[in-house]
Amino acid sequence: MGVYLAQFLSGLASASALFLAASGLSIIFGVTRVVNFAHGSFYMLGAYFGYSLVRNLGGGALGFWVALLIASIAVGLVGLLVEVIILRRLYKAPELFQLIATFGVILVIQDVVFWYWGAENLLGPRAPGLSGIVRIFDVPMPVYDLALIAIGPLVLLGLWLLFNRTRWGVLVRAATEDREMVGALGVNQSLLFTGVFVLGSALAGLGGAIQLPKGDANLLMDFGILAEVFVVTVVGGMGSIFGAFLAAVLISELNTFGILVWPNGTLVLMFILMAVILIVRPTGLLGRPETIGQKTETGPVEVVLPAGPHYKIFVAVVIALLALLPLLVDDFILVLVTDILVLALFATSLHFLMSTGGLVSFGHAAFYGGGAYAAALLVTYAATPFELALLLAPFGAGLLALVIGWFCVRLSGVYFAMLTLAFAQVAWSVVFQWSDVTNGDDGLLGIWPAAWASGTATYYYVAFVVAAAGIFLIRRVVFAPFGYGLRATRDSSLRAAAIGIDIKRQQLAAFVFAGVMAGLAGGLFAFSKGSVFPDEMSIPRSFDALLMVLLGGIESLSGPVVGAAAFTWLHDELITFEYWRLLLGVVIVALVLLFPQGLGGAARHHVGRYLKLEASPGDLRSATPKREQRA
Amino acid sequence: MSFAEARTAGSPALSVSGLSKAFGGVQAVKDVDFQVAEGELLALIGPNGAGKSTCFNMLNGQIRPDRGSVKLSGEELVGRSPAQIWRRGVGRTFQITATFPSMTVAENVAMVLMSQARELFSFTRSAVNRHRAKALQLLDMVGMAGQADRPCGVLAYGDLKRVELAVALGNEPRVLLMDEPTAGMAPRERVELMGLAARLAHELDVAVLFTEHDMDIVFSHADRIIVLSRGELIAEGDAEQIRSDPLVLKTYLGEGQVYGQDKKPKD
Ligand SMILES: Nc1ncnc2c1ncn2[C@@H]1O[C@H](COP(=O)(O)OP(=O)(O)OP(=O)(O)O)[C@@H](O)[C@H]1O
Ligand SMILES: [Mg+2]
Repeated sequence: MGVYLAQFLSGLASASALFLAASGLSIIFGVTRVVNFAHGSFYMLGAYFGYSLVRNLGGGALGFWVALLIASIAVGLVGLLVEVIILRRLYKAPELFQLIATFGVILVIQDVVFWYWGAENLLGPRAPGLSGIVRIFDVPMPVYDLALIAIGPLVLLGLWLLFNRTRWGVLVRAATEDREMVGALGVNQSLLFTGVFVLGSALAGLGGAIQLPKGDANLLMDFGILAEVFVVTVVGGMGSIFGAFLAAVLISELNTFGILVWPNGTLVLMFILMAVILIVRPTGLLGRPETIGQKTETGPVEVVLPAGPHYKIFVAVVIALLALLPLLVDDFILVLVTDILVLALFATSLHFLMSTGGLVSFGHAAFYGGGAYAAALLVTYAATPFELALLLAPFGAGLLALVIGWFCVRLSGVYFAMLTLAFAQVAWSVVFQWSDVTNGDDGLLGIWPAAWASGTATYYYVAFVVAAAGIFLIRRVVFAPFGYGLRATRDSSLRAAAIGIDIKRQQLAAFVFAGVMAGLAGGLFAFSKGSVFPDEMSIPRSFDALLMVLLGGIESLSGPVVGAAAFTWLHDELITFEYWRLLLGVVIVALVLLFPQGLGGAARHHVGRYLKLEASPGDLRSATPKREQRA
Repeated sequence: MSFAEARTAGSPALSVSGLSKAFGGVQAVKDVDFQVAEGELLALIGPNGAGKSTCFNMLNGQIRPDRGSVKLSGEELVGRSPAQIWRRGVGRTFQITATFPSMTVAENVAMVLMSQARELFSFTRSAVNRHRAKALQLLDMVGMAGQADRPCGVLAYGDLKRVELAVALGNEPRVLLMDEPTAGMAPRERVELMGLAARLAHELDVAVLFTEHDMDIVFSHADRIIVLSRGELIAEGDAEQIRSDPLVLKTYLGEGQVYGQDKKPKD
């Protein structure tokens, strides 16, 4: 009995930090409608700030708590900077660009932390005066856990008072319900937004700081907590702070008790919990059906046209050049172009999902890495020949996409994006932690192609043929009835349903198809490098794909190919610097701020029209932006 | 078949009974009963917010009613999805048009034809120009063939309404629901469109249910009229009966909304 109670209390204790972070995300989203992907980074910053401040403010109990508070405020100030410099300019931009910009912030913060604190995990300091043990029913229990248990509800109470008893809080609530109305009341909206963003960031920072005595500060915690926060938000219901609290408790309890019954299965348990809740209550425990945020705006709607005559010539020339490439360049370039081809297929598969399906996935690398691991596992454990493993890789990825997609297509818009990210993080964690099978962080090695295909030039041809075939297939599907039906669900779900299109089924099939194609790219990748590491499934890899799509311009069907080339070039330029993430992050933010419609979009607008790259019969004009109508 | 025959011979295509829906505290539709017969052009009228669109949304499965039943030739529709109901032959247009802005007008219509032909899971055939002839034929019926290759997103509102009608006709529906089909059109276009609706009903035996704020259109085209007010049916009859119904007059005049009457001087 005592054991269970202690375990229960320990679950409550770990719920607090999670709740703080999740409530911050929820508050920010409620008012600004921005899902702050850098929220996990704020949490991480809170931990690092807390670590340093506690060391400097020294041993006393007062110093400790003051240090945590300052850490939280400092993170709030970082949030202030991010809001004023970046997000404020993007509130009117398509949602996708807001998300990408906050991802740029993630990269910058990662490298700044790495630069200042180094790569070592920093073990959290003990809380002075609370470092002891109490016995509850004879089971030892850290005193600090009791403090944590108190903090969660205290903050919840504080937030409730703030939102119900102060003028500012009432305004924030009003803004959450109806933004236009608050504007009409003559409230300084931009000040309100900034304030909310600072509060949300500070809450995340506090969350990161208070968990220090139980854990540590490390460079992986940003994505780890981000996925957990997304799960909490989806389970608790977006916009509901009580829901966030409930869900944080539920998930933490599940984790602590899960460890007792099934030590390696906590992630899977979390997965199942989320699944059950989504099936029973798609809006989360306390969430209300949302009308806003149902669709991720990616930019203006344009008419999609098949290739024009000039475009076909252009593609033929590129293909001929690629076919002759081994005669023209050395092996170094060939390897580089092989990488580009593989990434082009990966990016094209994501682009298909985003542009034709309107489904913005933030976890597409799960299937790229999934394909790579499927191939690698087959080779390692079943001695599968190269050709067969390459053929089966996409099926492995497709199976994974079927499972993940089955849940994700129940949600739409930012919820879909959050859920894909959370699932991808779960998939990554499984690969990372299940070292008996996957070798964990050390990866699977010796995944080489058959002897006939192992020469650089030969493998280049393999990758070229497979990637080109994959890209052409995707393009074919865009213009097949399936692609049209999918685009119909994106354009107007109302109309699509009213002409007999089963929206979820169409979307799930698209999700699986995109997963299969990403898996094919992953398989190609595995054999080109001879090894696979968990990185290929990680969130940053998912963002790489998003970045390629964005660089190439989302509205252009050939964009992802251009984007993959541009990305590879950019990456190669930047990787020579020690702090390339920081540079990449700055570049991303700058690109989004300068070209909120996408780089490729801007270029194509000028060059494409001139070259007549797409068919333009008679009076075809691009459609004006049109929001979805709801009856 | 003569009009009179069509009207009397038609058996009920759609039978609605006890249909109710509340949004929070608002009882949008309350215990509504009516039938639409094959070959009948039935108008559903009522002031703004009377619950007309809500009725439509329940008929095609977009909103699940709190209570009540909707039967299509005897088969219960409540509980089915919009896609399933469409497959059974109920087509509709929306008050706020819903089309596919990234497709041309012809493609919008071809889309419904592909769905009808169950081709939506074909990954490799080409959808470009698919079913174009049939799509043009449908567009010709609503007078939009001339704009077949324009993107749907740039059309004028009245034209969008016509495209929607062509789309709704794509699977040769047995029941056609039109929510304010003539909004945004010039008077002559309205008459043409309603003429088409009447032909669909009377010549092809389609059961047509429509809402309309223009009383001239209603009185001159509808075979029968039902009146909704605050979610409840308050009157039923032909144009003459409705025009002289005291309750209807009170509803419209009493709420300061003088549909029809204010239009008359202009005509
Ligand atoms: N999704 C919804 N949520 C909440 N209330 C709704 C919703 N849809 C309709 N209502 C309310 O239900 C009532 C009926 O609305 P409905 O749109 O059916 O009226 P209508 O007769 O079509 O009006 P109009 O002539 O303006 O189109 C109105 O009070 C409306 O505000
Ligand atoms: Mg209406």
